[in-house]
Amino acid sequence: MIHLFLLSVAITCIFPLVWMVSSSLKTQETIFRDTSLIPKSFHFENYYLAWMEGGFGRNFLNSIFYTTSVVIGIIIVSSLAAYAFSRLRFPGSNLLFFMFMAAMMIPIPGSFVPLYVLLNKLHLRNTALGYILCMINVGLSTSIFLLKTFFDKMPKELEDAARIDGCSKLGIWWHVALPLAKPVLAVVVIFNALNVWNEYVLALIIFDSKPLMPLQVALTTFQGEFITRYPLLMAGLTITALPIILVYLLMQKYIVKGVTQGAVVG
Amino acid sequence: MRLKSSLENYIFVLPAVLIFVIFYVIPFIWVFQLGLYEWDGILPTKVFVGLDNFKEILTDKIWWQSMWQAGYITLIALTLQNAVAFLLAWACDREIKLKNFYRVIFFIPPVLSEVVVGLVWQWILDGNYGLLNHWLVHLGLPNLARNWLSDPNTALTTVAIVHSWKGFGWGFLIFLAGLQTIPRELYEASRVDGANAWHAFKNVTIPLMIPVAVLVAILTILGTMQAFVLIIAMTGGGPAYHTQVPVLRILASMRGSSRFGYACAQGISFGVILMAISFIQYRFSKHARQT
Repeated sequence: MIHLFLLSVAITCIFPLVWMVSSSLKTQETIFRDTSLIPKSFHFENYYLAWMEGGFGRNFLNSIFYTTSVVIGIIIVSSLAAYAFSRLRFPGSNLLFFMFMAAMMIPIPGSFVPLYVLLNKLHLRNTALGYILCMINVGLSTSIFLLKTFFDKMPKELEDAARIDGCSKLGIWWHVALPLAKPVLAVVVIFNALNVWNEYVLALIIFDSKPLMPLQVALTTFQGEFITRYPLLMAGLTITALPIILVYLLMQKYIVKGVTQGAVVG
Repeated sequence: MRLKSSLENYIFVLPAVLIFVIFYVIPFIWVFQLGLYEWDGILPTKVFVGLDNFKEILTDKIWWQSMWQAGYITLIALTLQNAVAFLLAWACDREIKLKNFYRVIFFIPPVLSEVVVGLVWQWILDGNYGLLNHWLVHLGLPNLARNWLSDPNTALTTVAIVHSWKGFGWGFLIFLAGLQTIPRELYEASRVDGANAWHAFKNVTIPLMIPVAVLVAILTILGTMQAFVLIIAMTGGGPAYHTQVPVLRILASMRGSSRFGYACAQGISFGVILMAISFIQYRFSKHARQT
């Protein structure tokens, strides 16, 4: 009984994805009639068409670029701050740390409205830089929190040794603290990468021009323009979902760790 | 020397603080300012209207309709989604063999984007060519087949169920982590005392899981009330406002009717409601932990 229950839920989790891939291999003619799970012939050219004609190739590269830039930015900016909050003394450090934590707790629905106004004023709207900076800010608070918690528990002996050897503060951060923080950095990387890859609304309001859009926005735009071209849409969805699923399967132990840690935060 | 060291330390937090002030603090302040103006977002002139935007919200029927609809989706997520999540976690906690396999599978929907999930389900639920209706006809139940997403009677519930499908993995992981912290000796002890499985569940599992359940409930409410991208991908808010939710209305005020001030006022009102909900829940969870 229990097995049957678990198994049936597991099947509903997988099935829509199987159907997505299956639909992406049918043609415009057969997709509305052929309801078999395994198509009679495999039309891999849909992927080529989606990549070139549908423009998803460009959007795919954009998504890769935004995700890596934001994740690298978050790692550097948040680990510097978290290290300072944990180890260095300066006036106002508690207040500043509290400010970041408060931002995690206060929901501002519709914060995209003033962000749009701000980016317009800074002439950063419809630019990659504007989007990347906004997304770095989105991931900042939680990343600082996770990293500071880790640094607080980290033994100080190695840093003391490095200091005696004449290492500067920045040197200690780079050569000692960051390498030791690898396990928690993995959590920070994976969660921010998922978050940026899947982000929708900021990309929607920031980008007007299609060549700059990441995949998520390009997909809804494509669906709005070519409402019945399901095989290409399904190919586009597969291109979007596949990297995330692969990364997830490779890194899933860090995800489980992150969710349970994040739950303790709340 | 002290001063120089302090200044040096500020360099570490400077990038984070700069980004945070520009992209969080300033917009945060602007929301409250803009909420008092009538402004189309383009012209340099803003008209100060005081609290008029907030008064207008009170009588904005579609706004309150969207609020109730978000509440309805949240209710389904709280009951159906979390019940399924808990039962699955409970089953997995007992069944050791394939636990990791199920844990991997159940978290696939949460890692997918709302756009992907929404568009795939929209295709499955399509009224004319969707797989669900096709199956219903083949199973001899053609009466049940319908335009799931364009029929006002079913659209909202359908969206809520897909939302629950996407979200239950979170609750499952947190419940499972909670269940695994319960010491096995407690179950042993209750069995020695002659309790059956149901009694052990009622007297050991349930009381120890209440704090976890409250946590999952808070996360579900805050997450679901603010969900909207899935709806954009599935129905766009239609048919005729039947799947509108507050954040979608804010987006519509901004992009559709170019009323930036009103959009900000809506954001503030909604934010206050969310804060109130999480505060009540927080008090409730403290109370539950003490008893």
